[in-house]
Amino acid sequence: MSDIENDVESDSGDKPPRKTAANATPAVSIAKRQTTRRRVLRTILLTGGVLGAAMSGFLPLVYAQKKRLRPPGALDERDFLGSCIKCGQCVQVCPVSAIKLADLVDGMGVGAPYIDPRAQACDFSCDAVQCILACPTGSLTYHKPAFLQVRPGAALAAKPILIAKEKDAEPTLNMHERIGVARLTRPEACLAVQGKGFKGQTRGPDFKGQLRYMSVDRWKPVKVSSHPYDVAECDLCVRECPVKGAISIETVFAPDGSKRKSPVVHEPCVGCGVCEMVCPVEPAAITIEAGEVWKI
Amino acid sequence: MSALLKRRFVDQIKVLFGAEPTKPKEISPAAQQIHFYKKGNRDLIAEKLHARAHAEHKNTWRNRRWATLIFANLLFTLSFFLDIQILEGALTASRFVGFHLIDLNSALQVMLAHKHIINNLLIGTGTVLILWVLLGGRTFCSWVCPYHLLAEWAEKIHLFLAKKKLVTDQTMDRRLRSVFWVIFALLALATGYTVYEAISPTGILSRALIYGPGLALLWVLALLFFEVFFSRRAWCRYACPIGLTYGVVGIVSPVRILYKLDGCFHEGDCRKVCLVPHVLDTVIKGRAVEKEVPIGPDCTRCGLCVDTCPTGSLSFDVKGLSKLA
Repeated sequence: MSDIENDVESDSGDKPPRKTAANATPAVSIAKRQTTRRRVLRTILLTGGVLGAAMSGFLPLVYAQKKRLRPPGALDERDFLGSCIKCGQCVQVCPVSAIKLADLVDGMGVGAPYIDPRAQACDFSCDAVQCILACPTGSLTYHKPAFLQVRPGAALAAKPILIAKEKDAEPTLNMHERIGVARLTRPEACLAVQGKGFKGQTRGPDFKGQLRYMSVDRWKPVKVSSHPYDVAECDLCVRECPVKGAISIETVFAPDGSKRKSPVVHEPCVGCGVCEMVCPVEPAAITIEAGEVWKI
Repeated sequence: MSALLKRRFVDQIKVLFGAEPTKPKEISPAAQQIHFYKKGNRDLIAEKLHARAHAEHKNTWRNRRWATLIFANLLFTLSFFLDIQILEGALTASRFVGFHLIDLNSALQVMLAHKHIINNLLIGTGTVLILWVLLGGRTFCSWVCPYHLLAEWAEKIHLFLAKKKLVTDQTMDRRLRSVFWVIFALLALATGYTVYEAISPTGILSRALIYGPGLALLWVLALLFFEVFFSRRAWCRYACPIGLTYGVVGIVSPVRILYKLDGCFHEGDCRKVCLVPHVLDTVIKGRAVEKEVPIGPDCTRCGLCVDTCPTGSLSFDVKGLSKLA
């Protein structure tokens, strides 16, 4: 075992230091000086290596320009990245598993939570924004600290009313800011705009996304694929939107001046992404612009 | 505590931050007597060889520790996987049957970066601080940290290769850990971003165990590779700021390893198995300043030395507990 321990000095009898002339520094052999120098070089190398790797941790800040959907109650991106402790407690409480943790290559902070609404939107089937309740650091918060500014248009005019608990004594969600805004990004693909209906499973039989259907179960979200539709005019986004007054089908003027139907997003939209998830066309005609504010 | 032990206590704090242990300038008469007695005592040498030859290698503390470490991490995983909600979250922050627990280093990073401390963060940090003051500071490292277990296995491979003379342990300057601690604290403060969390193998592994593996594990693999082929236990020894944070907590902790001079034969087996052999400098012949010397705060209380010591000269001890009995 002794040959493996070159960093532990021998324990058998420390020899007393050799007598040297007064004021003289003890001689250091060339070999020992070389060993020391190599050690210093190695140390510097490790320092560089670890710090280099650590710098990659800053990439999310660089990418912070590109918005991604954070869970409800999230602080603005920079503050969010600084305060998130990456514990995943928000992931654990979400009844529909909408929240995921970012990986190394996602470039949005290793272990930081995000929502991919097309795969699984936040449908508020927890009723109380549980992820905010679970957050230990205030990254997701009901009450933004005073020193953080609310971006104009980010604040909701009123607390959003959850259609699912509209008849409850307290029908609102404790949310003061939106996490994004839904936008009809591909109106030409929208079935409602085309005046088409929709029949069958939206997103196909293999889609794993879940949604709370009040007609099925008040407390248990079920698979979207288990709930086929048959509508004469497609209004899935309006039909499944969990927030009252956030979206409706309206008659609008097309660029050519003709009248047509179209989903129109209104101010109460919180950016949960249910509309994007249930949109039957591929890719979705309506999408969430993460971190977007309401513009009049 | 005698004046000599007080001086050693201060020296050991310096050792925690990276200073090399020095020979004591003064040794108590009682300890000196034992040192002199041992010197050149043929009977004692014969007895030592005898005792060492007959010492059974135990793994008592190691097994207890591995069981605890695996149980703790499994509790996190099962809490989520089976939805039993006992220990929700990950090692960075969690809730034990509803009580907030927040890792001290992660909490510090968030506080420095975000500059705003909410009650839950404060409560969780306080709870964990008290917990590890009671349990021994770096006890966290060897009894809970999942990277520690992987690194222990990697260390076994490293030692095997070293025995075959295929690799040699490239040692580094231990002050590096303190430098990293300061750099990461300053980066968090200046950039408002907890950059250390991005490379923390403890956090990455803990999340991987709970939420499933990701590419971030490549960084952990790279560290283990480095430790196997280049430098024994490099991350825990020279880099990890979490270890230093808990080491500081360990300064005031009553749980420690106690060294008893009279039975010790100074073979140095304990120093060969130790993650932090600089805390065991007192076992070197002629170094112990008192008959009983507590081991310093950088010790992870892993108990490998307790298992290895053929004479039972190293044991777990709770300061003040013997006075009560």
